[in-house]
Amino acid sequence: MAQQLLLILFVAPLTAVALSLGLRHSRIAEYATVAASITDLVVSVPLVMQTMHGTVFFWHRYIEIDTLGAWVILCISIVYALSSMYAVGYMRLLDEEKRLPLFYALFSGFAFTMLAACVMNNVGVFWIAIELTTLISTFLVGFEREAESTEAAWKYIIVVSGGISLALLGTVLFYWGGSFVLGQRYAMTWGALHRSAPEVYQPLLLISFLLVLVGYGTKAGLAPMHTWLPDAHSESPAPVSAMLSGALLNASMLGIARFLGVVSGASINRFAHTAVVAFGIFSFVIAALFIVRQTGIKRLMAYSSVEHIGVQALGLGFGGVFGVAGTFYHMLNHSMNKSLMFFGAGNAMRAYGTKEISGIRHVLKTFPVSGTLWLLGAVGIAGAPPFALFLSEFTILRAGIAGPYRWAVVLFVVFLVVVFIGFLAHFRAMYFDEAPEQQAQQVRQLPWVIWRTLPMWLAFLPLLVLGLWWPHGLWDVFLKISLEMTGGVQ
Amino acid sequence: MFLAHLNSLQASIFSSLAIMSLLLTFVMLGSHWLRNYVYAFAVQSWLIAALSAAVGYFAGYPELYVIALLTALFRGLVLPLLLMRIVDRLNVKREIHAVLQPSSSLVIGAFLVMFAFVIANHMNRQPAPAANVVILALTIMLSMKFIGFLMLSVRDEAVSQILGLLVLENGIFLGSQILVPGMPLLIEIVILFDLLIVVACFGMLVRFLVVHAGTTSSRQLNRLVG
Repeated sequence: MAQQLLLILFVAPLTAVALSLGLRHSRIAEYATVAASITDLVVSVPLVMQTMHGTVFFWHRYIEIDTLGAWVILCISIVYALSSMYAVGYMRLLDEEKRLPLFYALFSGFAFTMLAACVMNNVGVFWIAIELTTLISTFLVGFEREAESTEAAWKYIIVVSGGISLALLGTVLFYWGGSFVLGQRYAMTWGALHRSAPEVYQPLLLISFLLVLVGYGTKAGLAPMHTWLPDAHSESPAPVSAMLSGALLNASMLGIARFLGVVSGASINRFAHTAVVAFGIFSFVIAALFIVRQTGIKRLMAYSSVEHIGVQALGLGFGGVFGVAGTFYHMLNHSMNKSLMFFGAGNAMRAYGTKEISGIRHVLKTFPVSGTLWLLGAVGIAGAPPFALFLSEFTILRAGIAGPYRWAVVLFVVFLVVVFIGFLAHFRAMYFDEAPEQQAQQVRQLPWVIWRTLPMWLAFLPLLVLGLWWPHGLWDVFLKISLEMTGGVQ
Repeated sequence: MFLAHLNSLQASIFSSLAIMSLLLTFVMLGSHWLRNYVYAFAVQSWLIAALSAAVGYFAGYPELYVIALLTALFRGLVLPLLLMRIVDRLNVKREIHAVLQPSSSLVIGAFLVMFAFVIANHMNRQPAPAANVVILALTIMLSMKFIGFLMLSVRDEAVSQILGLLVLENGIFLGSQILVPGMPLLIEIVILFDLLIVVACFGMLVRFLVVHAGTTSSRQLNRLVG
């Protein structure tokens, strides 16, 4: 059963790529991408349920599907589905009709590589999958082919390739450490590394872990390696920003989570968690400070991604069932909420013709419905109840208070307030401030299409529901993930 | 672990190949001419290929011959040719705005090697005969990493940055041939192909940079800040 589901999961985006490139027809490419992404979403839910009965391996154990991987697949599929729907409405506004098939081919290819990374059981192949996500998404970042987007693409590929090469070095050192325990040749699986970790020379293990943490942390956008992120997220088309922020960061966090699982039995475990907490809190503080003084609307969203990836790192670092549950609940909620935010930002950018917050005024007059959704999303992403991010952040706080990292909890709470005020101040200005005279006439009325509003509803409603009601079944999923992380992947 | 049974001939072959690769990194660090970088990179790749073959021969890993062949072909031939094409097309022959003079970057490079040696010493737990080669391999792996990052941060030209990244990867590749010769063949081959794709992507991006940003110097890529 799991095998068929996986097959559908991977064949669907590949079919979309083939159709887009083969037929070179924009409308077909659009609908093929939407169909593929919805198929993936439909398939990923039973996949999570399947893995609850135990991890499944295929193809000489190169492919492995456990609950952790399936959960990240679910988060990625949600963003893929939402943003490919939004892309249909948004990309038609760009006047790039001829290059649209190429865009959708890259878009589905990007989704494919991220999904593939989640099921890789071999640490080296996982690295390659993450590297491939960079190569494909570079061209999505630079898709608009203006000076800014080309600059962002260049910075993105240079910084991330440099960072990810540290992860490769860490991976090689992990393998070398393991070779003293398991012999010269062994399959480099997560399970093998986990088994060998307690007996490896611990300073070597520590250096390997830190290299991997910095490497995948670069890709995940943890500060101070986040420098590519605001550029790439702000210069790419809105659906791509949503994919980068909602899906790609999750795939990289998966790497950090898996490596934390690898060292969980070793004596450096405590230090490894402290390092993750330190990166998490640093990202959170840096992002909070940049949010307060931000002038660009999409850069604001990008720094908010750095903030939320910091929160997820904090949850992983605090550890325990609450920490893990909070992290992965946060991952799901952030994926939906950030997609909603980027969709709203994309609409506003197109209508007002500017990326500056100061040029966007009276949003509710221009977008009565989707503007309301965007505002509510902003309240949600700042961490206010009754939206889902409040619950997951609260759970992470509980995990922190119970553990040894009280200092991080104090900083976390203080800067949560800073983010709340800073983030919503920008929205207050955009919604309720008086517009300067000369800007009042420039607003372009966008033609109403369902494709730009529907995904916003689809992102918003689950956020509200999950904020009021944490389904009991999810606890079983998070318990299983937490077991997988500490018990290694069997 | 085969390093424990090395005789002095094998140890000196491995060491001299590794040290020569490190010296070539210094050649790149000390020169301003883009062509010199590419030549040094090509020779370095050939040395690494020779190292793979030597490890394969002495340690009994026949599959390393395949790796050696592919390394020589891809890193030693195809990548330098691709890079040369980029250099020719760009009409930029040398680094113009050096943040650091070549002499000072050489000195910093030397300090980085010492730092790498200190770290390598802490990471090793092997007894004496193997320790020499292990520490050397770790030192060179880490110092190529450091020097690669140094090149990335003090050079502006797009081609120099690509080469900086390739030096990072060469360092890992060199170290892994000595430390983990048993690492699965599939992964090494895929990483080689991956590198080829990386450089192809860079080639396309450089073209976009020229057309849309009007420059290939990262010094002028300063529109996005804050």
